[in-house]
Amino acid sequence: MEFPKDIKYTKEHEWVRVEGNIATVGITDYAQDSLGDVVYLELPSDGTAVTKDETFGVVESVKAVSDLYSPIGGTVIEINDALIDNPEVINDDPYGDAWMLKVEMNNHGELEDLLTADEYKKYVEEEK
Amino acid sequence: MKEPLIFEKSADKRKGVSIPKSDCPELNPQAVIPKDFLRDDIKGFPEVSEIDAVRHFTRLSQRNFGVDSGFYPLGSCTMKYNPKINEDTARLAGFSKAHPYQSDELSQGALQLMYELEGFLCEISGMDAVTLQPAAGAHGELCGMLAIAAYFKEKGKPRKKVIIPDTAHGTNPASSHLAGFSVVPIKEENGGVITPDSVAAVMNEDTAALMLTNPNTLGLFERNIKEIADIVHKKGGFIYCDGANLNALMGIAKLGDMGVDVIQFNLHKTFSTPHGGGGPGSGPVGVKNPLEPFLPKPRIIKKGKRFNLDYNRPKSIGRLKAFYGNFAIMVRAYSYIRAMGPDGLKKASEMAVLNANYIKEKLKGRYHLAYNQTCMHECVFSDKLQSEKDVHILDIAKRLMDYGFHPPTIYFPLIVSGALMIEPTETETKETLDGFIDAMLKIADEAQENPALVKNAPHTTRLGRLDETRAARNPVLRWKG
Repeated sequence: MEFPKDIKYTKEHEWVRVEGNIATVGITDYAQDSLGDVVYLELPSDGTAVTKDETFGVVESVKAVSDLYSPIGGTVIEINDALIDNPEVINDDPYGDAWMLKVEMNNHGELEDLLTADEYKKYVEEEK
Repeated sequence: MKEPLIFEKSADKRKGVSIPKSDCPELNPQAVIPKDFLRDDIKGFPEVSEIDAVRHFTRLSQRNFGVDSGFYPLGSCTMKYNPKINEDTARLAGFSKAHPYQSDELSQGALQLMYELEGFLCEISGMDAVTLQPAAGAHGELCGMLAIAAYFKEKGKPRKKVIIPDTAHGTNPASSHLAGFSVVPIKEENGGVITPDSVAAVMNEDTAALMLTNPNTLGLFERNIKEIADIVHKKGGFIYCDGANLNALMGIAKLGDMGVDVIQFNLHKTFSTPHGGGGPGSGPVGVKNPLEPFLPKPRIIKKGKRFNLDYNRPKSIGRLKAFYGNFAIMVRAYSYIRAMGPDGLKKASEMAVLNANYIKEKLKGRYHLAYNQTCMHECVFSDKLQSEKDVHILDIAKRLMDYGFHPPTIYFPLIVSGALMIEPTETETKETLDGFIDAMLKIADEAQENPALVKNAPHTTRLGRLDETRAARNPVLRWKG
C-alpha cells in the first residue's frame, strides 16, 4: 500500500496536494482498497464552495456508499469529469489520474492539522 | 439447465389464449384518444403459449431461496417464519373482497380489526396512539419525522436538527433528511452504545429529535436510553426509536417506558408477515399523546360499538398512502398477535435472543466477535481472523450457500470492518442452528487450510460467482433484442 510523501492526509482517508493556492483532492490507496471496486462517483460542480471536514461528494463501491469529506475549505475551480465516467480509475491510480477536485483554498492554516504520510500510515495500521 | 429469458422464447403471433371475434365495432385508437395519451406499440413484447409462460415462471420461482426453503439469518431483517394460518385469514372473503370505497357501515369488521391492531401495538410498545398507514419501515420513519416537524411548526418554533448515532439503521438519516432536518451524527463509545455525555454535548433547542435504533445495529441494547431521553426531553426534543429490532423486546420491555416518543413497527419483521419479494411491507407508527394530532388521516375512531374513519383532523400531516395502508398485511399481523398472545410474544423474543447468543458463543473464537458481550436478537462478527489468509466476508457468505444456507447480512453495520450480522430469529430448531454453526466452523477451517475453496465459492449453485462490479458499472436494465 502506498503513502506518497509529497501529499497530506485526513483521518477520513482523503489526500490533498498543494501547489501555490490550489489544492488537489482525492482518496487514498487505503480508502480504495477498503472500498473495493468503485462503481459510481458524485462530485460537486465548478464554483461550489466546500468547507473543511464537510462532505463534497459520494463514492460508491460494490460494498458500500461513502461520503467524501473535504480536507480544506475553498472554491472548486475544476473537477475531474473523466473520473465520473470511469470511476474504476480510483482503484487503479488513486494518487494520480483519480484526482477529484481542484480547490482554490481560502485558509492555508487549515493545512496544519492534516496528517503527514508517516502519521497517516500509522493511523491506518492502528485502524486495521 | 439454463432458463432462457421469456423474450428468447417468443415466437411471432404465438398466443396463450384465443379471444373470440369482437362483436363490437372496432375503433382506431388515434381517432378517439388524444395524441398525448397514446402509446407506441411495444416492440419485442414476448409472444408465448400459456404452458411456456407457466413453465418459465414456475422454474424461476423454484430457484428462489425463501424462509420456506431454508435458514435465512439475514441480520436486521428478522426473516422469521410466516405462519400459514395468516394466509388463511388474509384470504377470508370479508377482508380480501372488501373494496376500499365501500362505506364505513359495510366495513365494520375491517375497521374493527385495524382499530384493535392499533391497540395491540400500543400495548406492546407503550405508545398512546398508532397509525397503520405507512407502507414499510422507512415510510414509517418518514411519517414519524414529519409528525415531529409538524409539531414544532405548529408551536411556531421549527427545529432544524436530528441527532443520529452511528449504530442506527442506515435509513434513519435518509428519513430525517427527507423530512427536512439536517443530521448531527454521534459515535458509539467503547461498549458499542451511545452515552448520555455524547448526547448532552450536541443536544440543544434547535434539535427536534434523537433518532436511534434499539437494540442497535450491533445487536446491543442502548442501556442508557432513559437517561438520554431525559436529556433530550429537557431541551424540548423527542426520542424516535426505529422499531425494526423490536423482535428482541416484545412483552419484556416497553419502549414507551424508556422515554421513547415515536416508534415505527415493521410488521414484515416482528409480526411474521412476509418480508422481501413476498411483501408488501407495513410500517405502522406509534406516538405519545403530544404527537397524536399530527398522525396521517383518516384516523379510525370508535363511537359506542361502531367504527368510523375520521377525516376531520386539521393538524394531520395528511395522507401518506392510498387508502388505509397495506390492509391484507395488517390482517396477517393481527392473526399472529392473536395466535401468540402476550405470553407467546414474550417467549418469541426470549427465544430470538437466546438463539442469537447461542450462535455467538459457539462461533466466538473462530470468528472475531466485534463487541464481546451478551447480545440481543442478533450478533455481529467480522472477517478479521480470516482476512489474514485474504479470505473476506464476501467469500465466507458465498461459501455458506454451498452448505444450503442463505448468507447473513455482510458489510453492515458500517462501523465494523468486514461485518457479518447474524439474526437467527426464534423460529429455528436447535438442530438447524447447530447445522449452521457446523457449516460456519467448517468454513473457518477451510479458510485456513484451503483458502481458494472459499474464495471461489459457491461451487454447488446453479451459477457461480457473478461479476457484480461489471453489473454495477454497466447495468443492462432492459431487453434489447
